[in-house]
Amino acid sequence: MLTLRNLGKTYSNGVRALEGFSLDLARGEIVAVIGGSGCGKSTLLRLISGLETPTRGTVELNGEPVSQPHPLINLIFQEPRLLPWLTVANNVGFGLAELDGDDRRQQVDAALKKVGLGKLGHRWPKELSGGQAQRVAIARALVTRPEVLLLDEPFSALDAFTRADLQDHLLDIWSETRPTLILVTHDIDEALVLADRIIVMRPWPGRILDEVKIGLPKKRDRASVSFEAVKRQLLTSLTASLQPS
Amino acid sequence: MADLAETGIKAETKASRSVAASVFYGLSRQAMAAIIVPVLGLLFWEVAVAAGWFSGRLMPPPSRVLATLWALLKSGELFNHIGITTVRVFFGFVLGTVTATIAGAVTGYFGLARRLIDPSLQALRSIPSIAWVPLFILWFGIFEASKVALIAVGVFFPVYLGVSGAILSVDRKIVEVGRIFRLSGVTLVRRVMMPAVFPAYVIALRSGLGLGWMFVVAAEFMGASEGLGYLLVDGQQLGKPDQIMAAIITFAVIGKVTDSLLIAATAPFLTWQDSYRRGD
Repeated sequence: MLTLRNLGKTYSNGVRALEGFSLDLARGEIVAVIGGSGCGKSTLLRLISGLETPTRGTVELNGEPVSQPHPLINLIFQEPRLLPWLTVANNVGFGLAELDGDDRRQQVDAALKKVGLGKLGHRWPKELSGGQAQRVAIARALVTRPEVLLLDEPFSALDAFTRADLQDHLLDIWSETRPTLILVTHDIDEALVLADRIIVMRPWPGRILDEVKIGLPKKRDRASVSFEAVKRQLLTSLTASLQPS
Repeated sequence: MADLAETGIKAETKASRSVAASVFYGLSRQAMAAIIVPVLGLLFWEVAVAAGWFSGRLMPPPSRVLATLWALLKSGELFNHIGITTVRVFFGFVLGTVTATIAGAVTGYFGLARRLIDPSLQALRSIPSIAWVPLFILWFGIFEASKVALIAVGVFFPVYLGVSGAILSVDRKIVEVGRIFRLSGVTLVRRVMMPAVFPAYVIALRSGLGLGWMFVVAAEFMGASEGLGYLLVDGQQLGKPDQIMAAIITFAVIGKVTDSLLIAATAPFLTWQDSYRRGD
């Protein structure tokens, strides 16, 4: 269970990136956070991951406060951010340094297979396509078995086909260990395909405008009538988020 | 079936042989391209002296320089000079590289150290190298110590600048990956910072080594009885331009050879690099 209480971040240059963000996430829940640029979406993930410290409020995982990077919380960035001097397999095993060689190899192999890259372990990152590299980044985060997985617009740099493919793939992977997912995106369809709940944010300062519960089954048909209906509701809310307050 | 398998093997060895041949061909073509300009230059020089356009007394033709080189080589004198000079460069390079790497790492990593030390080092850097010579002779004497110290000074600054600059420009995004996996302090340096700065470090070492070869001449000018720098001074004092040329050519060759050795030694650690025209 992840609890965010009244989170706020004001940067040293006076920018109020986030204000009064409170949210409770049950274990295994998938929450999407959408909104235009400047509404504090990325800042939110940086605060939860411990990369930055909040100026106000707290992050708690299972009742314990989180103030720095936590073993059970992992973050997948917008870019793959693979370490170019490590092979694909060693990138995936980056967070498993404390395991011995055989154990690590087994887990890395399993993780690579899970993201469909079982045969590419020996390659260099420069030899991968954008979609493959992002799969490796997903494997690297998953192999440490996080309880909370944060995704910062992870598919935004990919083409539409690869994106849809990886979205479905993410759901398959999620169904195995069921971590809590927080997905920041500016792609409404992506939020609708993946999330149980969607948080709509508005900028200056970044804060919650609306919360939409998606009552659709997990495997969603992007062309169904019910999907379209929820999408329309969401678009109305999003349009309101862009109006000046 | 057996026949089929055998032909398969034969075909494979043939293929690998032709790959090896094309690699060799590519390399030799590269060497050819590198040699064209100097060979044309030498030919022109030889012809110009023979035709009387230049005075052969002050501009000895390549044939005479080669004869001098050959004589020095045969008497074993050349190897002796090369050996002495190389040993001086080696010790100066090691001393300069080690101190520069430590200083660069400290100022690159710790902001306070950078604010305290870097301005002074930058001021020292702008002192003309030859200005140190009288002081080093007073401090370390006329023999090896002062020479090694001067070479070390020459090597120090490019390596220092390279290391501290490389650390300062390590991509924040890569460092954040390390932080997400809870690396900090020594492990973050070892697993993220060091590999990230390595390509820039190799370039810094190369320019350091190049300066080492330059500074050894200055060092050997300040009183040496052996070494390639001594050959230069001796050639000037006794009016032997062919000996000066021979020494200059030797500098060019060993400078290039040691640079290539440095590249070859570090190349296996840099195969991961994804750079413009890599392997060209």
